[in-house]
Amino acid sequence: MKETSDKPEKDQEEKIPAMQTLIDNPFLLLFIGVAMPTVFYLIWGIMEIVTIPVAP
Amino acid sequence: MTSFMPPAERIWWKVPVGREEIVWILIALTWCLIMFFMMPYWHIYGKQNLSNEAYQTTPAKYGAKVQEGIDQHKVGEEAGVPIVHPPAGSDVYMLGRLWQWWPILELEKDKTYRLHLSSMDWQHGFSVQPININMQVVPGYEMVLTVTPDQAGEYGVVCNEYCGIGHHTMVGKIYVKE
Amino acid sequence: MAQFRTCPDTGLYFHKSAESLIKANAVAAAVALLVAGVLGLLVVLTRWQAVHLLPADQFYMALTAHGIDALIFWIIFFEMAVLYVASSVLLRSRLATPFWGWVQFVLMLVGAIMTNWAIFQGNSSVMMTSYAPMQAAPHFYLGLILFAVGALIGCFVFFGTLVVAKQEKTYDGSIPLVTFGAVTAAIIAVFTIASGAIILVPTFFWSIGYISHIDAEMYRIVWWGMGHSSQQINVAAHVAIWYLIAGLVFGARPMSEKVSRSAYLLYILFLQLACAHHILVDPGVSAEWKVFNTSYAMYLAVLASMIHGLTVPGSIEVAQRAKGFNNGLFEWLRKAPWDNPVFSSMFISLVTFGFLGGITGVVMGTEQINLIIHNTIYVPAHFHATVVTGTTMAFMGVTFFLIPVLFRRQMILPGLAKLQPYIFGGGMTILILFMLGAGTLGVSRRHWDMDFTGAALGFDYPGMAYTLMGIGAFGGVIGVVGGAAFLLITVGSLLFGKKLEPSAGLLQSFGVPLAASCYTDERPAILPRAAAAEGHHGSSFEAPGTFVLALVLLVTFVVYYFINWKYLASVWQLS
Repeated sequence: MKETSDKPEKDQEEKIPAMQTLIDNPFLLLFIGVAMPTVFYLIWGIMEIVTIPVAP
Repeated sequence: MTSFMPPAERIWWKVPVGREEIVWILIALTWCLIMFFMMPYWHIYGKQNLSNEAYQTTPAKYGAKVQEGIDQHKVGEEAGVPIVHPPAGSDVYMLGRLWQWWPILELEKDKTYRLHLSSMDWQHGFSVQPININMQVVPGYEMVLTVTPDQAGEYGVVCNEYCGIGHHTMVGKIYVKE
Repeated sequence: MAQFRTCPDTGLYFHKSAESLIKANAVAAAVALLVAGVLGLLVVLTRWQAVHLLPADQFYMALTAHGIDALIFWIIFFEMAVLYVASSVLLRSRLATPFWGWVQFVLMLVGAIMTNWAIFQGNSSVMMTSYAPMQAAPHFYLGLILFAVGALIGCFVFFGTLVVAKQEKTYDGSIPLVTFGAVTAAIIAVFTIASGAIILVPTFFWSIGYISHIDAEMYRIVWWGMGHSSQQINVAAHVAIWYLIAGLVFGARPMSEKVSRSAYLLYILFLQLACAHHILVDPGVSAEWKVFNTSYAMYLAVLASMIHGLTVPGSIEVAQRAKGFNNGLFEWLRKAPWDNPVFSSMFISLVTFGFLGGITGVVMGTEQINLIIHNTIYVPAHFHATVVTGTTMAFMGVTFFLIPVLFRRQMILPGLAKLQPYIFGGGMTILILFMLGAGTLGVSRRHWDMDFTGAALGFDYPGMAYTLMGIGAFGGVIGVVGGAAFLLITVGSLLFGKKLEPSAGLLQSFGVPLAASCYTDERPAILPRAAAAEGHHGSSFEAPGTFVLALVLLVTFVVYYFINWKYLASVWQLS
C-alpha cells in the first residue's frame, strides 16, 4: 500500500465547500436520510390512507 | 491510493470531474427524466391507469353489497358459485375470501364496468389470467376499477397473495361475451 | 487499553474487540445462509411442478423461513461485520463500546433463533411479509423485534466508532469512500429499523391480544418502509464492497471522489422512497404519491446506481490501463484475474445487479407497468438478481478475501474456489431469467400448486409456463450447488485450512481473540491520505471500454423498458 505524507499542503487554509461539509458529516446525513422517507413515504402515505372516504 | 483510503485532496469537492463521467451523468439523467415523465404521459394518453378510487368499508357492509348484486343479476351457477351478468356500465361487485372469488362475473366485450373489490378476511391478490392484470385486495378497503374488457373469452382469477393453506385452490372466473 | 494487530500480508490493522465481533457476525451470517440455502433447495424443488417435493404446509413453512433467513438474517449479520470493517479496520480506530457490540450480536442471535423456532413450530407460516390480519405466533414478531434492536445498536456502535476515529485523529482528511458507503448503508438501516419498530411492536401486542385491530393497509405501508429499505441497505453495502474489491485487487482509485460520494448522497436522499414499489396496485393511494415515491423523486437513485455502474468498472479500467493493459477497448477486462474468486464474484455481482436486478426493478416499479407484474414470480426473479447475484455474491467475494486476512487460514480447495462464482452466478442467473419469463406469463409467486389441485374452478397456465418454471428450478439447483461449494470452502477453511501466522485455532475462527502476544498496545500509525493522482487528462476518455459497456446497459434498459409499455398497452383498458 503506497502512502505519502509529504504532499503539498497549499490547500490547507482554503475553506471547505458547503457540499463537502455536508457529505463529511454523518449525523447531518443521518438526519436528512431519515427525514426524507419519513415525510414523503411514511407520513404522506399514511395521510392518503386515513383520508379515504367511508363507503356510501 | 485507493477506495479505502481518505481522498488525496483535502478539498476533494473541487477536483475537476472527468469528461467521461460528465457525459454519462447527462445521458443517464436524461433517461431518468424520460422514465419519470412516461408515467404522467400514460395517465393522459395511455389506456391502462388505475382510478385509485377507494372507500373504507367493513366485511359485513361489503358482503351485503355483493349479495345485493347477486340477487339482482344472477343468471346461473357453476360449481356452486353464482354467475352474475350485470348491465353494461353498472357497478359490479366481487369479493375475495378463504378460499374463493365470489361470484363469477359475466361481462360484455367492449363495455365499461365499475368493478369493486374487497376482502372478507385476509389479504388476497386479484390476478386475472391469462391477461395478467394484478391487484392487491385488502380487507377493510373497497377498491373500484373502471375496466373495459376488450377481448372475449374465459378468464381465470388466480389468488396471488398468499392466504394460507388453501391458497392454491382460490380460483375464480370472469367470462367476457361477444 | 485498545489493542491492535497488523495483518502481515495486507498491512490492515485489526482492533482486538472489532476482530472478534467481525468474526462472530460473519460466522452467524454463514449459518443463516446455510439454513436459507437448504430451504431454498426445498422451495425450488417444490415449485418445479414435475418434482413438486413438499406438501403445501411444509412448502409455506419452508418459504417463510427461506425468505427471513436469507433476506434478513444472512444479510444483516454480514452487514454488521461490514460496518465494523468499514469503521474500525479501515479507519485504524478502536471500536466504540465493544460491550454494546456484543449486545448487538447476542440480541440478533437470540432474535434469529426465536423467529426460526416460531416458524418451524409450524403456526407462523405467514411469509416474510406477515401481512396482517394473517397472524403469526407472538415470538415470531418478538424475535424480529429483538433482531432489529440488535441491528440498531450495531449501527450506533458504527456511528460511535466514526466519532472516536475523528476525535482520536486516526486518519487524515475525509473518511474513505468505502467507509462512506457504509455510512449510507447504516443511515438506511436506521430508517429501516425505525419503520420496523413502528409496525412490529403493535403487531406483537396484537398477537398477544392487547390490541384488537391492525389496519391491513396501514400495515402494508409501514411494513414496506422496513421490508424494502432493508434491501436498500444491501445496495449501499454491496456497492461499497465493489469499490473495496476494486481497490484490493487492482489498487483502483475512485475516478472522482466527488461523483461517487454525490451518488451515495442521492441514495441517502431518495433510495428509500422506493418502498412505494409494493403499494402501486393498492387501494386508495393517489397517483401523485405513487409517481413521486416509486420514481425515487424523478429516478435520482437510479441515476446514482447508473453512476456507480460506470465508476466502479471505470476505476478498474483506469488501474489496468496504468499497468499497461492498453490494447483496444477491452484488453483491461480480458486480462483481469478471472480465476480469482474475489474479483470474479464482484464482477458477476456488478453485471447481474445492473442488467438483471436494476433494469427489472425499475420496469416493475413503474406505476402503470406494475399492474402486469405485481405478485407474479417476476418479483422474486427481480430480487434474486439484486440480493442473490448482487449482494450475496459481493459478500461472498469479500469473504474469500477475509479468510486469510481476518481468519488467518489458507483457503482450502482453491480449484473449486475458482469455479464457485461461475457455478453460483450461472445457476442463479438461469433461475432469474426463466422466472422472469414465467412471471410474464402470469405465474404467481408464493404459490404451492400451479395446477390448482382441488380448486372448484380451475385455470390452466400455458405449457410454456411449466417449461420455464422447470428450467428455472434446474438453474436454482445449480445455484444451490454453488452456494454449498461456498460454504464448504469457507467453513472448511476455518476448520481445516492451513494456519497462517499469527496462527488462529479453532475457537479463534469463531470470535475468540488470537494469542495475547499477537496484539500490541501501540496505536496504529495515522491513516494517511491517498497519493495524489498522476496526470489526470481531462479531455479524452480515461475508461473508454467501460463507457461502451455502460452504453450497452443503457440500450438494453431502453429497449426492455418500452417493450413492457407495449405489453401493458395490450391488456384490458383500465381507468
